[in-house]
Amino acid sequence: MTFFIDRRENPKNKSAVNRQRFLRRYRKQIQKAVKKKLGERSITDTSQGERVGIPAGDTDEPFFHNGRGGRHTHVLPGNREFVPGDKLQRPKGGAGGGGGEASDQGEGVDEFIFELTRDEFLDFLFQDMALPNLSKRQLTGSDEVKRVRAGYSADGPPGNISITRSMRSAIARRVALGAGKRRELRELEAQLTSLVDPEAPGAKELLEKVDLLRAQLGRIPFLDDIDIRYHRQQDEPVPTSKAVMFCVMDVSGSMDQATKDLAKRFFILLYLFLERHYEKTEVVFIRHHTRAEEVDEEAFFYSRETGGTVVSSALELMADIISQRYPVSEWNIYGSQASDGDNWPNDAERCSRQLSAILPWVQYYAYIEICEQSPKPLWQTYQPIRDQHPGVFAMQTIKGPEDIYPVFQELFSKESA
Amino acid sequence: MSSGGVATREPISTSSEWNFDLLEVYHAEISRIAGDFGLDTYPNQIEIINSEQMLDAYASVGMPINYHHWSYGKHFLSSEQQYRRGHMGLAYEIVINSNPCISYLMEENSMTMQALVIAHACYGHNSFFKGNYLFQTWTDADSIIEYLVFARKYISNCEERYGFEAVELVLDSCHALMNQGVDRYKRPSPISMAEEQKRQRLREAHLQQQVNDLWRTIPVSKDARTEELAPRFPLEPEENLLYFFEKHSPLLEPWQREVIRIVRKVARYLYPQRQTKVMNEGWACFWHFHITQQLYLEELVDDGFMLEFLQHHTNVLYQPEFDSPYYSGVNPYTLGFAMMQDIRRICEAPTAEDKQWFPDIAGSPWRETLDFAMRNFKDESFILQFLSPKVIRDLKLFCVVDDDREDHLDVTAIHNEAGYRQVREALSALHDIGTQEPDIQVYAVDTLGDRTLKLRHNMFQGRPLDDDSSIEVLKHVRRLWGFNVELGCYKGDSLDKTFRCSEEEIAIDTGAPSG
Repeated sequence: MTFFIDRRENPKNKSAVNRQRFLRRYRKQIQKAVKKKLGERSITDTSQGERVGIPAGDTDEPFFHNGRGGRHTHVLPGNREFVPGDKLQRPKGGAGGGGGEASDQGEGVDEFIFELTRDEFLDFLFQDMALPNLSKRQLTGSDEVKRVRAGYSADGPPGNISITRSMRSAIARRVALGAGKRRELRELEAQLTSLVDPEAPGAKELLEKVDLLRAQLGRIPFLDDIDIRYHRQQDEPVPTSKAVMFCVMDVSGSMDQATKDLAKRFFILLYLFLERHYEKTEVVFIRHHTRAEEVDEEAFFYSRETGGTVVSSALELMADIISQRYPVSEWNIYGSQASDGDNWPNDAERCSRQLSAILPWVQYYAYIEICEQSPKPLWQTYQPIRDQHPGVFAMQTIKGPEDIYPVFQELFSKESA
Repeated sequence: MSSGGVATREPISTSSEWNFDLLEVYHAEISRIAGDFGLDTYPNQIEIINSEQMLDAYASVGMPINYHHWSYGKHFLSSEQQYRRGHMGLAYEIVINSNPCISYLMEENSMTMQALVIAHACYGHNSFFKGNYLFQTWTDADSIIEYLVFARKYISNCEERYGFEAVELVLDSCHALMNQGVDRYKRPSPISMAEEQKRQRLREAHLQQQVNDLWRTIPVSKDARTEELAPRFPLEPEENLLYFFEKHSPLLEPWQREVIRIVRKVARYLYPQRQTKVMNEGWACFWHFHITQQLYLEELVDDGFMLEFLQHHTNVLYQPEFDSPYYSGVNPYTLGFAMMQDIRRICEAPTAEDKQWFPDIAGSPWRETLDFAMRNFKDESFILQFLSPKVIRDLKLFCVVDDDREDHLDVTAIHNEAGYRQVREALSALHDIGTQEPDIQVYAVDTLGDRTLKLRHNMFQGRPLDDDSSIEVLKHVRRLWGFNVELGCYKGDSLDKTFRCSEEEIAIDTGAPSG
């Protein structure tokens, strides 16, 4: 007796629970590895999982086995020139190595390497972080709808038939259609029984009438098409959460590619983070030197401009875009600005006024200054604003790639929320 | 190989694509041929799976169902990683020792491979599982699946009641002692696992009762508490550490004892596999080879099928020489297949040498002789009994002694008249897990004092334990025992080293006189 069974359609991921157990057990090590990995990660690659390695020793499952030493007799295949009595040089590192046992440790693999999915990677990355000012997260008025039950209707697909409702209306119909006839029938039957002589004239007529009424009543259908009721379904707009993230960056001559890469990493982190909290996330790239313009991602990060720096131009553009395209009632707005801190001195006044105007609209505005020495002019401009808008406006300095994650963590750590 | 005669029959298939209809046809032919050869098998349940499901199957040590544990997740992640990076191909098949015998076939296999695998797993391994004495004695194919379902449910109930961290601690400790969780010499009693399940509830209460008796804390009068009167416990050294903890560990809860038992049962189920690798694979290769030959002789398969088949067959049987970079020990497939083939040769066409070495089987009917060999041996005894000078010569086997007291390695025997016996004995010993794995037993318990558990390691040929991992395992032993643990390593009667593990300290005393 033999059976063939096609299991290919069975659910995969039988190991999912075990996998989660493993990730959970080593979450500290993995988190460390993830942070380390972030520095090496190619900055355009955010859609994939990631290989991480954790110290192999930590994941060892110990068991009693022989160590080195003692007397071992090996049997090997493929002898060519040896004869009994030959003495051989001991191979390096193999003082009495017990064959298979020794190679368990001797393989030189000091990391246990495996692949995290994108979600797992981000989970570890953003562990212990939260978005500040979540009050506006859920907003209505979008194009997404959900079908909800809304009462009953007389037509619909067969799958939606409501049995109780249909039966109820069938009963009502049967009662309504038969009520008069039943009453008549009851009267005739009463007359019939009151007749003393069954052979009396009219009795036959009465009987015929009774039979007719009974037949008519019997013809009333138990369930008719008009009784069928369906669950009615209705589209209801779903509150979705949408966010727009403004990336503002100084591309004047003083910003070199390395600085821009640092800024980019920060923006990417922020984007990934927002993406996890909102169902829809849009990004607006604004670059500026003396003039600001909205560009696509490629131009934002890789084209070079020269010239001075007027930060207020970018903030003005941002305000324009918000009022034109991103109504504050529908969007969660996040601003992030990266700069080396330079600004045209005469712009300071205008810049701080403009920023103060924007801040009430946004959920959060983060300014990072990428430079060796702080504070630069822009920092000084922004400092009073930070004090006026605690919780909405944050600023940090980044000196090198290793600072990005800690700074990010500080900005979004759960305590500060 | 072409018969050159009348081409009367069409081959079953000529394409490398398989489908279920073809599988049925091939299977019917293979089944018929296997029956003609006298193979006695469990019914087959053949399941087609894809590569991801194969990875899943890898992760739970080849069991179709198992309880959850992080280490299986680790295995899954690591084999997934190796597979994705192309460092490892997946097995063509996995076969479970159960009744019916479950075989997993990969969907990526070509038609030829599917036929090969059906012959190999569903008739080769299957008949081995059913016939070999180790499997018959140590495993219960009828109820293993049922038992694993029970185990999984029991452990997940425990996780719900006591938290999965608590269960994981016990499982970790049990896994560390899995190799010390089997009765090697005492044959297990033949109650079926199904019956055991029924007894499980009764057992919990009873077990606790027994432990309580042993650790009775009712005060005894002072005079009675003398060394002489303390009965030795355990009376005999106990090799099955997990059994010992299940029955005698003083502080465990009933559910923890049951968890130990589950791991013990799984270890017992896996125990025969580790000791019959050479025979099992040799037997399966022998039969896939001869069944396929028969298919070809009957012109059911064409030359293309045979070429593909032979390529896979020779790949599996490849034995790199000892100095090759690909060398990783004696290939059990090669050795097993060579020996099985050789037994047939000795039966059918014995030489003078064979008659001298194997007087009782030379010239005997080969099927009965092979069947006898398959049923009544394990790798160690099989090699000791049947490894012939011809196979030793063919594989050019030689012995090297590596003694840490000498500066050089010694070639002590090669494939010649003077060396055959020594090579054979040495190769047999290498397949004896009794000598390859450290022998550790429960030696004594300080029942009247601080309840220290004394383990004893009898060193075989001066082979010491690995320090780091032994300390780690001792921590697990301590967790299961609940009190201090000592492990003494003995060379003969002299103490070589002691590992101690207590709440306060972990220490290794080297060469210290026995305490």
